[in-house]
Amino acid sequence: MDKADFVWVGVSTVLVLLMVMPGLALFYGGLVRAKNVLSVLMQVLSTFALALVIWFVYGYSLAFTEGGAFVGGFSRALFSGIANLGSSTFELSGTIPELAFASFQATFAGITAALIVGAFAERARYGAVLLFTAIWVTFAYIPIAHMVWATGGWLFERGALDFAGGTVVHINAGVAGLVGAYYIGPRLGHGREAMPPHNLPMTMIGASLLWVGWFGFNAGSALAANETAALAFFNTLLATAAAILAWLVVEWLGKGKPSLLGAVSGAVAGLVGITPAAGLVGPVGALIIGAVTGAVCVWGVNGLKRMLRADDALDVFGIHGVGGIVGAMLTGLFNAKALGGPGLETAAEIPHQLWVQFEGVLITIVWCAIVAWIAYFIADKVFGLRVTNEAEREGLDIHAHGESAYQR
Amino acid sequence: MKLITAIIKPFKLDEVREALAAVGIQGMTVTEVKGFGRQKGHTELYRGAEYTVDFLPKLRLEMAVPEHMVEQAVENLCTAAHTGKIGDGKIFITSIEQAIRIRTGEDGDAAL
Repeated sequence: MDKADFVWVGVSTVLVLLMVMPGLALFYGGLVRAKNVLSVLMQVLSTFALALVIWFVYGYSLAFTEGGAFVGGFSRALFSGIANLGSSTFELSGTIPELAFASFQATFAGITAALIVGAFAERARYGAVLLFTAIWVTFAYIPIAHMVWATGGWLFERGALDFAGGTVVHINAGVAGLVGAYYIGPRLGHGREAMPPHNLPMTMIGASLLWVGWFGFNAGSALAANETAALAFFNTLLATAAAILAWLVVEWLGKGKPSLLGAVSGAVAGLVGITPAAGLVGPVGALIIGAVTGAVCVWGVNGLKRMLRADDALDVFGIHGVGGIVGAMLTGLFNAKALGGPGLETAAEIPHQLWVQFEGVLITIVWCAIVAWIAYFIADKVFGLRVTNEAEREGLDIHAHGESAYQR
Repeated sequence: MKLITAIIKPFKLDEVREALAAVGIQGMTVTEVKGFGRQKGHTELYRGAEYTVDFLPKLRLEMAVPEHMVEQAVENLCTAAHTGKIGDGKIFITSIEQAIRIRTGEDGDAAL
């Protein structure tokens, strides 16, 4: 075991935890109306917790043990064989204890599940959200993680590049969110009543913690304290800055005013865009990936959103889905040595790599959409996916949790 | 006795209070309100969603004033609350039949 590697992956695991708790929770919480803020915090917290437990019971085993092209086996269910406490022997994964690798990956499964809740925020029934999460993590997250990251996985063997989870985490969550927004229908009064964010400073704090935590997400995905981690680390800084500026410029020119919500949305978009590329492109590539993702995601939450006609309340698809797709494709481009990357030897290999990237994106979208739709269907039949109109008017905080965030 | 009800821009409150104190006004009630007049609202943009804010925040001032102070009070109020831009607000004057101070039972001008 390499102690430095273990420490870095351990710290990274905690950083990814910080992304969710409280980063993502506050980012989402500030964007909804005051009557629903606790419900969003609760859904983020509890879908995360649920995914962690599933990960321990069978998720890690199915995702990361060798098996078929789509899913692994049950040999590591309940983390069996990962450590023998009696004889104090711990299996290694590379240079770190496998237990540390499994913990790190657990937080990825958790954040992906938590990301989705933004799409159906302010109207979903709590029990249905939990049931959906359990089904979706099992049949969408786990197989796609296996396909992309595990030895023997279909996309892994085909050479798809996804450094830290642009496909597995962001496209996956974005598509699941979009399907959910269609399935559950728009919020009452959507398009007629004003539904402005109730606390943008809260959203700013959340986005800032996401950025901080994302260094664990991206640089931690090197799984070692090495040069690749350093590259991913700097790219995570640079691409995000570029994306903030790109979003602001597009917004300023197109809408007249640069907004704080635009700036923080740009930051998240840039972080999503650089995720698959973090350790696989040079800094110039990262700068361009950040700028392009930031600019395209403005379209994702405006023009594209209007075309899709879904009330994706917190733009899970517009930012994570769109940003994930842009990042996945550009990773195939800037990975080439000709464009400053550490990967493809010649520029002639770029078209093939782009095709492989596109294939990975497409398979993820189709697989995830089908599983998500079935999972929503089941959750709807069992609990009813949507709360009653009266409950929605009153707010989910009181209705579902018996609490309110702000006392009047 | 008259009741002066004024709708003013929120940031003008301190100037208005001083200008009315100069007339000898002994008390007023201030309420935060929202409404619209000829001043249009504004639009707010959150990512793709654009909202028109029709009701703008204003303050409503209410004060009961003896007859002889009314003219000077209105003049001072107008000067203090004036910016010249749309949305400065309005003043309404209504008659009061009776006023009573709860603590002492005094009534009429003595209660103001």
